[in-house]
Formats: sequence, structure tokens, C-alpha cells
Amino acid sequence: MTDDAADTDPEPASRRAWYLRGVRATFSIPGFILTSAFVGFAGLAREAGLTLAEAVFMTGVVWALPANVVLVGAILSGSSLAAAAFAVALSSVRLMPMVVALVPEMRGSRTPRWVLYALSHFVAVTSWVLAMENLRHVPREMRTSYYAGLGSTLVLTNMVVVAIVFLIAGSLPPAASAALLLLTPMYFLTSLWGSAREQAGHVAMLIGIVLGPAFHAIIPGFDLLAAGLVGGFAAYGFHRLRRGRA
Amino acid sequence: MTFDAIDTWWWPFLFILVAGWLATDAWRFLGVYLGGRISENSDILVLVRTIATALVAAVIGNLIVFPSGALADTSLVLRLAAAGVGFLAYLGLGKKVIVGIVVAELLLIMGILLGF
Repeated sequence: MTDDAADTDPEPASRRAWYLRGVRATFSIPGFILTSAFVGFAGLAREAGLTLAEAVFMTGVVWALPANVVLVGAILSGSSLAAAAFAVALSSVRLMPMVVALVPEMRGSRTPRWVLYALSHFVAVTSWVLAMENLRHVPREMRTSYYAGLGSTLVLTNMVVVAIVFLIAGSLPPAASAALLLLTPMYFLTSLWGSAREQAGHVAMLIGIVLGPAFHAIIPGFDLLAAGLVGGFAAYGFHRLRRGRA
Repeated sequence: MTFDAIDTWWWPFLFILVAGWLATDAWRFLGVYLGGRISENSDILVLVRTIATALVAAVIGNLIVFPSGALADTSLVLRLAAAGVGFLAYLGLGKKVIVGIVVAELLLIMGILLGF
């Protein structure tokens, strides 16, 4: 023990304890629902022609499920690399304000920048919701350890789940296999509706869900981009109009 | 350059890295960089959310209307009915995600077994 003990990093044992509490926080209803959504994603990735390694790799490096699903959707409709990247980027802009909101909650007085950059990779809807709920009950200097436990466990668990489902999916009877492929659209149909913060979100959903297949028939390869931009701007216009009148 | 454009083991991984990892983590890193400098309620973020929502909704629409694999062997009417009734059940029964999923799945499986 040196004189400036109070200034140095907290005990490693304490860090580990908070990391483990973060791990435990993943065993929750949101964590369970996310895992069942990744079960659906694994079936989808398999049908899109991805290999097991590619599907697990995609889960780990992309992580946010909507971005994963948009990427597989782009692969399915034969998009070029540029069009796929653009569609995924457009579907993921919202990660930026989520991180912006999370960083001040998570940062300790002496947290290095690189730790925040590394931890930001775990940000997706589920870990973000769990963190925003729980972080305030965690001592400030321990919050990065807690979120590291929470985020890494969610990512690793779902990578394993994707691998297992990928292996099983081939031997399922046709009815079960079809049911597996309906999981992803149903998950997003309901969760997207529920998470919309303003009515414009519902308008965007209705337009997008109709324009997606319509554009797919006319301009495959650019269907997602076109539907996203047209639906997004139309819904935004609706938002401005309503606010103007109110 | 599509996903199957180059027949090597590394091309799909490069495709995933550029179109997947870079296209998502760039936003996360920008969020760290900006720190607490943007308000969640600013108007531009409404547009960000509506575009993202419409994009994911377009994927949902495609997955239901133009599915792949075993789901492609079912009729469009059955898929639309299962998804539609599932969604109505979600809306009517307390907006629980799990309710919508279970109702839609049950209808789909019943429909397949009954030969629709």
C-alpha cells in the first residue's frame, strides 16, 4: 500500500465482483427475448447461404440485431458491398445517440478513452436498456467493469446460441424450419412497434413494410435503401406537419 | 461486388467487416467521441429514427412476402394471415412481444399442418 492508495485503481477483486454482477444482469426477461430473436436470426442467416463461421462472426462484429438482419436482407436481395454498407449504416445511425447518452452514465473520473471505445461495441438495444436501468445502482468507478460483464456476456452467449441453432436448423422438420424463419419478422414487427417513441415511428413502419416488398419487385439490390429513405423522410414530414399544427 | 462475387474464403468476411462492422461501430465510436453533446430529443434524431425504422420494416416486409427456405413453401396468404393476426394479438393483449410471436407461430404451424 502506498500513500496515494485512495487515488489508484480500486481493488481488482472488487472489479471482478462488479464484472460478475454485470454478467448476472443478462439473465433477465430482455436478455431472454434477445436470445430467442437470435435463434431466429441463425435460421435466417443459414437460409441466406452464410456458413456457420460467417454467421457467428457477423453476430460478434455487428452485434446490433437490426443491423445484422438488414445485412442478411441485403445479401439476400443481391446488394453490392456499397449498397449493403449504406443500408446497414443508415439502419445504425441511432446507435450514435444511444452511446452519447450512455457515456456520461458509464464514465468514471479517470476512465481512459480507449475503454469507452472498446465498451461502445457492446451497445445495442438490449444491453443499452439494461445498462440505463441498472448503472445508477453501481458505484461510478465500477460502472465500466459492470457494463463489460453485461455486454460481453450478451455477445458471447448469443454467438454460441447462433452456432448451436445453425447446427440444429438443418435437421428440423419443414414446419419447424418455417416457424424458425418467421421468428425474426415477428420479433421486429412487435418490438419495433412497441419501441417507437413518437407516432412518426409507426408511420415509418407502415410505409417501410409495404415499400420493402414493392421495391424488391422493382429494384432488387436497392430495395432496402429506397424504402428506408422514402419511408423515413415521409414519416419525418408527417412528424413536422403534426407538430406544426399542434 | 455482391456477397458471392468473389469465390474465396475471405471475401464474405471482408464483406461482413465493411458492410457490417464498419457500418455499425463507426456510429458507436462517433457517439463516444461526441460524449454528452447531443440531446436525445433533437429534431434530426427523429429523422434518424424514422429512417432506421422504415429500413428494418422493409426487411420485415421482404421476409414475409419473399421468404427463403421452408417458409417459401408456405402460401403468401398464410404468412400474411399469421403475421397479421399475431400483430393484432400483440396490440390487443397488452403489447407483449412474446404474445405476438406465439400467436403468429401457432397459426403458421396449424396452417402448414392443415395443408394451406
